[in-house]
Formats: sequence, structure tokens, C-alpha cells
Amino acid sequence: MMAARERLGQTAEIAGPKKAFIIPKPEVAASMIKRSNNPLLVVGSKAAELETGDGDAIDFAIRVSNTGKMSVVATGHLVAEFRKRGAEGIYSMQMMNLGDRLRDPDWMGFDCKGGYDLVAFIGSIYYMGWLVLSGLKNFAPELRTISLERSYQPNASWSLGSMQKKDWKEVLDVIVKSLEEGE
Amino acid sequence: MTKRDLKVKIDELSSAVGTFKGLQIEVGRIYDETWEETMGPTPFPSVGTFRDWDRKLLDRYKPFYMPFCDLCCLCTFGKCDLTGDKRGACGLTMAGQQSRIVLLACCIGASTHCAHARHMLDHLIEEFGRDAPIEVAINTNVEAPHIRLVCGIRPTTLRDLEDALDYVETQLVQLVATAHTGQEGDNIDFESKAFHAGMLDHVAMEVADIEQIATLGMPKGIAETPMTEIGFGSIDTSKAVIMCIGHNVLPSVDIIDYMMENDLFGEIEIGGLCCTAHDNSRYDKRAKVIGPISWQLRFLRSGIPDLIVVDEQCLRTDILIEAEKLGVPVIATSEKSMLGLPDRTHDNPDTIVSDLVEGRTPGALIIEPRKVGEVAVKTVLQVAPKKKDYKVLDYDEISSLAEKCRNCMECVHACPNNLPIMEAVQAAAKGDFEPLGEIYPLCVGCGRCESACPEDFPLITFFNKGAEKRILDEKFSMRVGRGAVTDVEIREVGRGIVFGEIPGVVALVGCANYPAGGGDVARIAEEFLNRRFIVVATGCAAMDMAMTCDKEGLNIYEKYPGNFDAGGLLNIGSCVSNAHITGAAVKIANIFAKRPLRGNYEEIADYIYNRVGAVGVAWGAMSQKAASIASGCWRLGIPVVVGPHGSKYRRNLLGRKENEEDWMVYDARTGNRVYTGPAPEHLFYAAETTEEAIVMIAKLAMRPNDTTKGRAVKLSHYIDLHKKYYGSMPNDLHYYVRRKADLPFTMREEIMEELEKVGWEEDKIAIPDPTLLERMVRRRE
Repeated sequence: MMAARERLGQTAEIAGPKKAFIIPKPEVAASMIKRSNNPLLVVGSKAAELETGDGDAIDFAIRVSNTGKMSVVATGHLVAEFRKRGAEGIYSMQMMNLGDRLRDPDWMGFDCKGGYDLVAFIGSIYYMGWLVLSGLKNFAPELRTISLERSYQPNASWSLGSMQKKDWKEVLDVIVKSLEEGE
Repeated sequence: MTKRDLKVKIDELSSAVGTFKGLQIEVGRIYDETWEETMGPTPFPSVGTFRDWDRKLLDRYKPFYMPFCDLCCLCTFGKCDLTGDKRGACGLTMAGQQSRIVLLACCIGASTHCAHARHMLDHLIEEFGRDAPIEVAINTNVEAPHIRLVCGIRPTTLRDLEDALDYVETQLVQLVATAHTGQEGDNIDFESKAFHAGMLDHVAMEVADIEQIATLGMPKGIAETPMTEIGFGSIDTSKAVIMCIGHNVLPSVDIIDYMMENDLFGEIEIGGLCCTAHDNSRYDKRAKVIGPISWQLRFLRSGIPDLIVVDEQCLRTDILIEAEKLGVPVIATSEKSMLGLPDRTHDNPDTIVSDLVEGRTPGALIIEPRKVGEVAVKTVLQVAPKKKDYKVLDYDEISSLAEKCRNCMECVHACPNNLPIMEAVQAAAKGDFEPLGEIYPLCVGCGRCESACPEDFPLITFFNKGAEKRILDEKFSMRVGRGAVTDVEIREVGRGIVFGEIPGVVALVGCANYPAGGGDVARIAEEFLNRRFIVVATGCAAMDMAMTCDKEGLNIYEKYPGNFDAGGLLNIGSCVSNAHITGAAVKIANIFAKRPLRGNYEEIADYIYNRVGAVGVAWGAMSQKAASIASGCWRLGIPVVVGPHGSKYRRNLLGRKENEEDWMVYDARTGNRVYTGPAPEHLFYAAETTEEAIVMIAKLAMRPNDTTKGRAVKLSHYIDLHKKYYGSMPNDLHYYVRRKADLPFTMREEIMEELEKVGWEEDKIAIPDPTLLERMVRRRE
């Protein structure tokens, strides 16, 4: 069962000795986000192609943003789609620029109030997310990273296991509901 | 400076020492000084010569490493786990290991071009003699900007090119040696060495292309070169078809020559894949360009080729297996890629032909190009009629196979782009082939899906079948590679580029490992052509941009002129022609700005970095050659944007625009250190989406030297593209607007509104005579 959940989104993207722990249930992910001081959700350029219970991963991210529990940043040119949907307060930064800043302990974040202690990823191109997470694993050891992708991301600190679409939709729904419920 | 052999032969010499008969003295090479330009400070630079320059760049553009592998397995101490702050048994860190791999990739790339150049040079010297003159382009005196710049020599004959290659080879050995266990330990020094490899690569590429231009009659910088045909439909399948794959044109030249000598163009079609195709068409426009590297498997599976000739680089190493399925022989022509075939170089051509035609051998290695020409032509004429029985899978057969799909998703997980292959196969099982056809334009042709499939489905064949109704007759026009940008063209546009009035030069180069098909390359090109940028192209990118047409059925080669001027689209040629693109930047510094070129690398790079708004784009970069080409751009201060797969090169070189202290330069007029803003912001950057790349390219074209008019033009494009693709004004305009005069007239109010929000101050950003080199300061205040 565990092996199936660790199935990689791309066959050869095997990580090194240090691999992500599998998030055993969605409540754990929500709890990690809620307990962190300054969490950030990174929404990759594939988000519009990923069907979720809310519509797609952009809708999921808007719902997360509306909870006020974590900042949301769109990579690529995805912020345009957020704007079209009327979402406000969504930051925009390209994936490489973002990775470069997240590994910098002196970066004060988008609101200049302090760096992020937890960063969650959803909607990234699989191999690009894999690489940025590798950069953070190796060069930002204090930063906790969580992958909310449907395929296991071994370079995150914690990752959802690979799962069917239907299950993934449910997992995301539990996470966002938990954030909406607050403490 | 030209080196010459000195040979003195004396029949009889009487001296105080005695009498000598038949005395011959040889002094290797002596220098023949005819070039009036004074030698610069750094002819034939060694590995560490430009370390300070590289560190200036790398201080601004710090590597962001993204390890592709956390282990090092290069010595028997290992494997070593380098994760985080661990060190290997040799003491190396993760950053050191990543930069070491970057260096090795650049060395492989540069070696490949250098070996290509050497192979051709040896052959061409044999054929044309060492004293064969070099004429590279019409209206051009600066025939070899890289060789002049790096080596400090002015080549006039093939012999002189040997000196440049001798130097490159020597340096590459030094560089590879530094990657041995227990040598270099500092990641920034590794990065500097990677830059060195890149610089060498541009010398090697320049040698490779000018030797073939000079001796093989390829176009010499002509703007309107003839159009050739590209695509499946360009091949006349009623003829016998030779398919040439690779990068080294020599064997193909002799095939074409043999066809001409025997008047066989009516019976044989010669088509090429990858850069050999470019160079074939530069040699004779009747040679067809089938497509880029990614088309190897798909063209083989079409059943069209009757003979395969491979030379070197970017070949499928399983080509023999594919050829066997097709029932056609393979002729290998290079010692670099012998494929296990028997060496028949010294055999009688008719005997080889007989063995190939009768299938007594799957192929032959023939190193001598002339013999390749004869054997290939005679063979294909006999194989083609016999191969008529070959049958491509039909729809029913594909449906029947597809029914066996195990739903295992292995194909999807093996695909570099996670294309929905399994769903398409399942649709085919139900008789719907459209989804397979939709995969076709997005597929990079790697075949990993087939290799992963437990049922061994020939999935590339499936995709071909799904798309065959629209692709088999599809053909496009492509302007033949023109070679170098001429000195006259540089004189005409130099001012516009340096002052920013021509908004930039965008070079679309490299391989075909695209995230979503080759159409994106055409889209990027046209976006900038419409905005009066100069767009230059080489290699697979130059091919892929030909394969998108507008509503009137015209592609961009048919819509835009081929001269080096605003709104011009230039097909420069093959991979090795990339040297002419960076060479054009070098020539702007030399011809327009009158900066001395000879052995004067740092000053010229400093000039280009601060003044020439050129941006390299390798949207489908795949190979080590692409890495070394990019690296040669970095050392010259030219930023490079790659597609998302380019993040697999393990690191980006990224500026931090908010760090003011990173963007200080000397004002050469006063010696003062002044702030110029983050222009260009990055040196090596992987974009996630095409739209992101387009906006970034426009931004990276800004340079500190832009005049207010030039900056206004560049800002207008950056802002317009940002609004188009991000749906808003950029939030970093305060880094780029130096004074109100920089503001594009039609956007003045909305920009000022943005600037006021962040407390922008006029004249905080200087417009100096910018240089990173203290020695370039003319006087101090």
C-alpha cells in the first residue's frame, strides 16, 4: 500500500536517501498549516487543468486564500486567471524567482513581515516542482515543505501519497474545510 | 597574426664547423604579422584568466541549485550522500557537485562541437589544402569574431583554423581534469570553468561553420536565401528516400554530389533530420528538411525511408533496431558513432552495396565520405523497390492491440510531459483515433512510453496513425540557413540596438524538448517580430517555427524578411551557426562602437552586457551542447531563457532585483559607482509557461545604456506584454524607470500612478557610461 502511494509522477524522478514522509490523512496537512506561523500556498501553472471538488485547483486555492490562514502565490502567468475569477490578494511570482527567495533565510516574504516557515505546493509541472523542492530540501533545511499534488513528490518534507482523482478531490476538500473551521 | 611553417632546405653548406650536405631545418611555425590591430590583454586565455570577470557576473547572478540527484557516484569512495550540508568522501558539497556536473555537461557540449569541427577540418584540408582561403560572408571584414576575440588571431586560411582548434582542445582537457575527484572544491570556481567551456564552444562552433561555408559553397550571409521544404509532405515518396540524421554534413555532401554527377535527383529524394538537414539545404536547396531531432522515430515509423545514413550527435542510439523493423540498412559514417557495425571503409563499394541490399549485414561503417556517397546512392536505388512490402499498422490493427492495454499508466509516467497516452490508447480501442492524433503535436518523440509499456505497444506509430490524415501531405517553407550577419548589416543597426531603439535581439535556438509542442516557438518568434525585435534562429527551433501557419496559410518565414534589422527573421543555420549570433553581438562592439577586438574578451563582454539587448531562448533545450552554447552566452553577458525542462540543467543564475547593492556599476566617465537597476535581471532562467517566458524576454532586453527613447520603447513592450499575459501592470517598474523621459508617452499616467504607490524617485537610477571593469574608467572625479 505504501509503495503504491509512493509511486512517482514520473518514473525516473527518484530522490536521494532523504524522501518525503507521506501525509497519512488530510487532517494532518491541515494541522501542519494551522500550526505554522507564516504558511504559503504555491499554485503552479497546471492548476487550471486539475479538477477538484471546487472546480479546479485555482478554485481550491481561492477558497484557501479566503480562509485567511495562508498566503497564496501563483507562479507562471497564472495570476491572470485568478484575477479573471475575481480573487484578490493573490501574489504573483515566477517559480524560479520564488524558489530562489524561499531558500534565502533573510527574505521577508511578500508582505515584508517575515519569511515563511511552511510552503505547500499544488498545480506545478511535476518535474519542475520536483526540482524546486529538491533545491529547498538541500539549501533551505529549516523550511518545511508540503506537496498537495496528486502524485507523490519525494523532495518535499511531507507529501500526499499518489492517489486516484476521486480520492484526491476528497482530500483537498477535507484540508480546506479544516482551514475554514479554524482552530 | 598568422602562423607559418618555416622550412629551410640547403643542398650544401660550408662553414667553419664543416660541410653539410642535404641540410634541412624545420622550425614548426613562425608568426606572420600582417594584422595591424594591437594585441589585446588576453590572447589564448587559460582556465583562470577570466575568473574575476566571471565572479563579477556570478556575484550578481547567484546560482540557485536544484539537485537532480542527491548522490555522487563518480568514484569508488561512493556513492556519497550529499543531501543538505553533508559532504562526500572527497569533501565536496552539494553545491560543488551540482556545479561540477554543469561543468561536465558544458565540456561534453563544447567537445562535441570541437570534435565536429576537427573532423571536418581534417577532411576539408585534405580536399582543399591548408591554404584554402576563408571567405565567410559578403561585405564582411570581421570574418571570425570569436577567434579574433578569444585567440587574438585573424584566420585567413584553413590552416589558421587549426590553431584555434588546437587551443580549444588543450583548454578542454584542462577543464575536464578539474572535475576529477579531489580537484576543484569551490562551486563558483566550477561555474567560472563552465563559462570557460562555453566560451571555447563558441570558438569551436565558429570554426566548424566558417570552414564549411568557405569550402562547400554555403550561403555567405545573404538575407534572402532560397526557401526549402520541411515536413512529411516535402518528401516525394515515389522516389527512393535517403534519410540523413545528425550534424556533420560531410557524408551528405558526397551523397548529393554523387546524385548530381549521375543526374539522380529525379529518382532519389534526400531528406534530413536535425542539423544535418539544415546544412544539406545550405549546400543544395533540393535537399529536404524532414524535421527536428524529435521526428526521428516518427519519420522512421512512417515507413518512408529506404536508407538511413547517420553521422554524429543527437542520433537515436537504437537506430539499428528501428531500421531493422523497417527493413532498411544503416550506414554509419563517424568514428564517434559506430553502432557496432563492421568497418567497410576499405572495401569495394559494390561489395558493400550487395551486402546491404541482400541483408547480409544490417549496416556498414564507412568513414570515407566519398565512398558513403556512392554506396548510399547505389544501395537506396536497389533497396527501395524491395521495401514496397513494408506496411504501417492500420486502424483495425491498432484498435486490436489497444484492447490489450492494462491501464497501468506506465506510458503516462514515462512521458516527459505526462501526456494522456493511456486515455488515447483506450479511445483507440473503441475506434476513436482523434485523441492519438492530439498527442502527436505535443509529443517530443523520445519513445520512453514505448519502452515502459508492458505490452510493447509501438506508441509512436499509434500517434502517427492518429494524425496521418493531416500530416502526411503537410509541408512548409523554410528559409535556408544564411550563415553570418554581415558587417554592413551590423553598421546599419548597431546604433539602434545599442541605444535601445530597436527593442532587442531574440535568438531562438536549440533542441525540440518542448513542454507543449513546437508551435510555442513560432508563437514566441511572432510576438517579437510584430514588435520590431530582430529574431534570429538556428537548429531545431528554426525548423519548428516554420510549421505553424496563419489563416492565410503563411508561416513566419513567408511573412517576415530575412535581413538583420527590426522585424527581420533570420534562419542563421545549424547548431554550429550559433557562433554567428553571439558573433553579431561581438561585432556590434567592434564595428559600431570601435572597441578593439583582438584578444580583448573582458572589454567586449562588458560592452555587450551593458549595451546590447540580446536574449537567448532555448525553449526546448535538451542536450549538453545546448548547455555549453548557453554558457558561452553567459560569459558574454547575454541572458538565456529556457523552457521548463531546462530547469533540469540543475541550476539557474538569478539576480535579486531588490538588492540595490548588486546593481552598481562604474560610470566610465567619472569613475563613480552608480546604481543602474537590475538590467538584465537574470542570466539563466527557466520559465514555467510560454507566456511567462515572453514577458521575461522583453524585460531581459533592457540594458543600463539604453537611451531614454530606447528605454521607453523597451518599457512599452514589457508593460504591454505583462498586461496581455498577467492581466495587470508589472509591479517592478520602479527598478526600470530612471526618469520621466523614460516613460512611454501613451502609458505615462498609468505608470506614474504605479510609481507613486511605491515612492519612486526620479534619477535614483543612473544613466552612466556603464562598465563593470574599473580599468575602463577614463577619468576620476
